[in-house]
Order: sequence, then C-alpha cells, then structure tokens
Amino acid sequence: MHLILFILFAGICLAGAVNLLLQTHPINSALSLIVVMTSLAVLYLQLGAEFLAAAQVIVYAGAIMVLFTFVVMLLNAGREERTRGSRAAVVVGFPAVAVLLAVATTVVQHTPKLGTSTFGDTMSNQPGATNLEVLSGVLFTKLLLPFEVTSVLILVAILGSVALARFGHGEKGAGE
Amino acid sequence: MNADSIQFFQQEVPLSWYLLLSAVLFALGVVGFLIKRNLITVFMSIELMLNAVNLSFVTFAHQWHAVKGQIFVFFVMVVAAAEAAVGLAIIIAVFRARSTLAVDRIDLMKL
Amino acid sequence: MPGSLRRGKNSVTILQFFLWSLLKIIVVTVVMLMSVAYTVLLERKLVGRIQNRWGPSRVGPFGLLQPLVDGAKSFLKEDIIPTSVYRPLYLLAPIIALTCALVSIGVVPFGSPAVTGPGGFHIFEISDVNIGLLLILGITSMSVYGVALAGWSSNNKYSLLGSLRASAQLVSYELALGLSLVGVVLSSGTLNLREIVEHQATHGLLTWNLFGGLQFVAFFIYLTAAYAETNRSPFDLPEAESELVAGYHTEYSSMKFAMFFMAEYANMINVGCVATLIFLGGWTSPFGDLIPMPQNIVFRSLLPIFWFVLKVFSFLFLYVWVRGTLPRFRYDQLMNFGWRYLMPLAILNIVATSLWVAYK
Repeated sequence: MHLILFILFAGICLAGAVNLLLQTHPINSALSLIVVMTSLAVLYLQLGAEFLAAAQVIVYAGAIMVLFTFVVMLLNAGREERTRGSRAAVVVGFPAVAVLLAVATTVVQHTPKLGTSTFGDTMSNQPGATNLEVLSGVLFTKLLLPFEVTSVLILVAILGSVALARFGHGEKGAGE
Repeated sequence: MNADSIQFFQQEVPLSWYLLLSAVLFALGVVGFLIKRNLITVFMSIELMLNAVNLSFVTFAHQWHAVKGQIFVFFVMVVAAAEAAVGLAIIIAVFRARSTLAVDRIDLMKL
Repeated sequence: MPGSLRRGKNSVTILQFFLWSLLKIIVVTVVMLMSVAYTVLLERKLVGRIQNRWGPSRVGPFGLLQPLVDGAKSFLKEDIIPTSVYRPLYLLAPIIALTCALVSIGVVPFGSPAVTGPGGFHIFEISDVNIGLLLILGITSMSVYGVALAGWSSNNKYSLLGSLRASAQLVSYELALGLSLVGVVLSSGTLNLREIVEHQATHGLLTWNLFGGLQFVAFFIYLTAAYAETNRSPFDLPEAESELVAGYHTEYSSMKFAMFFMAEYANMINVGCVATLIFLGGWTSPFGDLIPMPQNIVFRSLLPIFWFVLKVFSFLFLYVWVRGTLPRFRYDQLMNFGWRYLMPLAILNIVATSLWVAYK
C-alpha cells in the first residue's frame, strides 16, 4: 500500500519535472512544476509531515506558483527559441548521468543506517501527540527568534518587490 | 495475485528511495538551470532544486524522529517565498528594460 | 491516517476500508451535486421574492423540477470553442475550478461520530485528517488557477482583465479568511474539524463559537471574506454583466460554462459547511442537553445530519438575502476594504483571542 502510493506519486513527480524541461512555453513549465509540488506534498504526508504537506500546498503551490503564473501571463513573452544544441552533450551526457545515478544508488542502498520508513510516523515519543503539536512546541519555544526574523525577512521582500516592480520615472505607466 | 506479490505490495518503502528521488529531482533542476533559455523557466528550476532539498530534509527528519528537520523545511519555504517575490520583480524590471526574456539576449550591462 | 488502519489490519481489511470509502464518496458527491442544483433554484426563487415576483414556478410544483430542466439545457447547448484560444488550458481551467470546489467536502464531518460503521471508523465523514482546516484553505488557494488560466487562455482582453481582477480579489480575501479562522483554532487547540465541533458541544447554543466562544467578530470577517472568495454580491464585480462583458468566462459556452457556475455554488456550500463547523457548532443541536437524545439508532444518526443541513441552509439563505439587498462594490473600494480594514481587524481578533486564552 505504501509502496504503491510511493511509486505512483514519485512517478508523477518525475514526470512533472521532466515535462518542465521538455516544454517550450513557460506556462506549461509552470503547470508541470505545480504538479511536482502537489505530489511532493503527498510524499510529505507519507513521511508523517502533515503540517508541511499542507504548507507546501498553501504556500508553494497556492501562492508562489500563482505568482509565477501571473508573471508568465502578464509578460507574455511567448515560446522560447531553440538554440543550437551540442551533439557532444548528448553523446557523453546521458551515459554519464546514468553512470552517476548507478553509483549513487549503490552507495545509498548499501548504507546500513538508513532503514525503511513507516507510513506516517509520528515524531514524538508519547503516543497521541500530533505532528502539529510537536512542531509548534519546538518552533515557538526554542526557535522563536528565527521565526520572528523570518517575518522581518518577508517584510523586506515585500518592500523590495514593490519598489522594483513599480513604474520608474521616465517610463510610460498606467497611472500610479 | 499469489502470496509473494501481496507480500511485495505490503512492504514498506526503504528510505533510500526517497533520497534517490530527491537526488534525481535536484539533478533535473540543475539541468533545467543550465539548458533553458527563458529567464522564468530558469527561475522555476531553482524552485525545483529547493523542493528536492526539502524532500531530503523531511526524509531525514522521519528517520531520526527529529522535528527540527521539518522546521528547517518550514524556513526553507519562507525563504523561497521571499526569494520568488523579489526575483520575479527583478524579472519584470528586466523585461521592461530589454523587452525580451531570452537569457542569451540579456548579456550586456548597458543596452 | 484514519484511526482504523493505525490500529492494525485486524480491525478492518484494506479492501473493506476501500469499499466503504468509495461508497461514502459516491453518496456525498451525488448529494453535493444535487445540492448545487437546488441552491441555484433557491437563489432564483428567493431573489424573485425579494424583488416582489415569483421565482421559477412553472416547471413542476413550486418550480422544483427547474434544476433538471436547466441541466438538460446546459448539456444540449452548442459547445463553441473559439479558434484562437490556447486549447489545453482552455479545457483545463473549468476542470480545475470544479475539482477544487468538489474536493473540499471530503474532510468535512457532517454527522455525529458516535455512530460508527463496522471496524470503528466514522460513517459521516469521508476522511478524518488532523489538519482538516488547513487542507480546506489549501484547496481554496488552488482554485485561483481555474480563474487565472480561464482568462488568459481565452485570448480576449475582457477575459484577461476580468480574470486578473477576480484573481486579485480571491488572493486578497483568502488572507482575511484564513486569519479569521485562527481565533477559533487558538481557543480549540486543534485543527481537526471534528474536534473543533466537539469543543462546542457542551451546552448547546451557548457554547457555540459564535456566542459562547466570543468569536462574533471573526464570524463577520469570515462571512465578508467568504462573499468575496466566492465572487458573490456585493463583491461580484468580476462577473457583473454590465461591467466586463462576462469577465473570465466570456468565451465559455454550454457545459464548460455550467462547470464554472457549478463551481461557484459548490464553493458557496463548502464555505457554508466550514462556517457551521467552526462557528455554529456543526452537527450539535442548539438545545444541547435539554432535549434528551432518543435511543433509536436511526434517529441518533439522522438528527445530527438534520441540524447540520439546517445550519448550512440558513447560511445559504443569508448569502442570497445579501445578494438581493446590497449594491455592488467598485473594484478599488473592494481592494481597499480587504487590505486596509478586514485584514487588520482579523489580526486584532487574533491578538484579542490569544490574550483571552492566556488569561484563562
């Protein structure tokens, strides 16, 4: 059951990532990336990170990718042009990647300390404490300072992006 | 559907498979960053790399029962959101100045 | 993960669990689609009565067969696809809109968990997830894609403008929606929808989160944000016919347009379900323990569903009442209201609730 779910969603993830590379129009790449992010959210659920799965859908797939989609739609730059590919890259590249992947697989499979996963394991030692309770217990007590600093970071990012994207002097603007 | 195949389908997933998936996604992100010619698609490959790293963190948090791995993923998501906002604003500004999003054409500091 | 599987495979087999879930999904989806059709009829009749005329009353007694006739009409209309649209996204957008609208009902518990099926899992909810409320917020934020892609793929300047306005409205009021729910989460201590209702079950009407939980400000913020999220009056500028032709669904005809239409009403029902679970006490009766629960198993399972449906119905009634009464907001008034008044008010509500919870 766990195996079937993993194979299904890992397959969707890989298909989306490969499709991101194969598409020419950026809107198709953006939609493939959304597929990758939602299937990653399901994989997080299988690994027991419930809050992260919901945060991945809300923040990444529901906000950041909306931003990407809007920029692609508004700039409307169209399909990208084909540049001259290199024959050497294809001849040497694909076998090299296959060899590297085989080496990585062998090394990782024979590491003794990595075990198997259990479906949706809980974090804490006491039974009955949900993942959310454990995560928030650490986030708001021991790691409170980084949490507050990230809010300052987001404020700086908002101000920066508004300042960068508004119409500068000397440009024809839509009225501001 | 004999007993062996049912046995096969009911076993748990080894954690190394999650790590390999993360490695492959990261590699695909690097390839996208190197070969794509549209500025926005290059930026999306960066987001793919960040997501692959998030998967690694969650896998290790699952193995060691350490919730700090998941908290780090939370912070990576926040930083990625901030970076996406500022990066896309820069892309909009570049498009206004050069009227193109092709990486090959944006190669001089002055027009 | 549902509790039955965590207790081990000896309580129920995977096949049984799968079949029961399939049955629940089919029943809930059919009921949801019928409710969507009859919500359209409810709106037409109620708006008609507010405007001092009968609503549809010719087809069937009191117009009750009107939705069937409307469905047949939508099916049989000619399906026109303009040649210059970007086809993959043009066909995908109504699918995304309708899917996101129908999926949220999967985490909503609509009956009492005291009545359980064989193996001990809940009959009256499709899945019991610890983060149910966050999942509903997540699916709501995915439904922005349906609107955005519909407008862009239509290759039409009115559609693009309409979809940009609609998406900006959706994204802005999503914030206020989420923040208004944080107060309830603080006082209940959980994101699980079933547990939030169980926290309100002690004394009937007085312990509902609206009254006894002191979340009336949050309820009004949620109400307003919900009107904006579902693009309904007074926030329905993106689909107003006199303003932008028809907004993002200008180029859609017959079944695809009907899918957008259904998605809007299904979103209304979803928002109503979440509001009853969080503020109005879910399936618990307003009389609390004053009326003793009958021992008959049929009554014990049907009575909570009856209360739930009654509360959702009253929420929809309020929706249609507001639509028939208030004039439309202008777009800049709408954005101004969302960002400068509603969001700070929601944050103040969170601060006040957290002070109250700390004081207790």
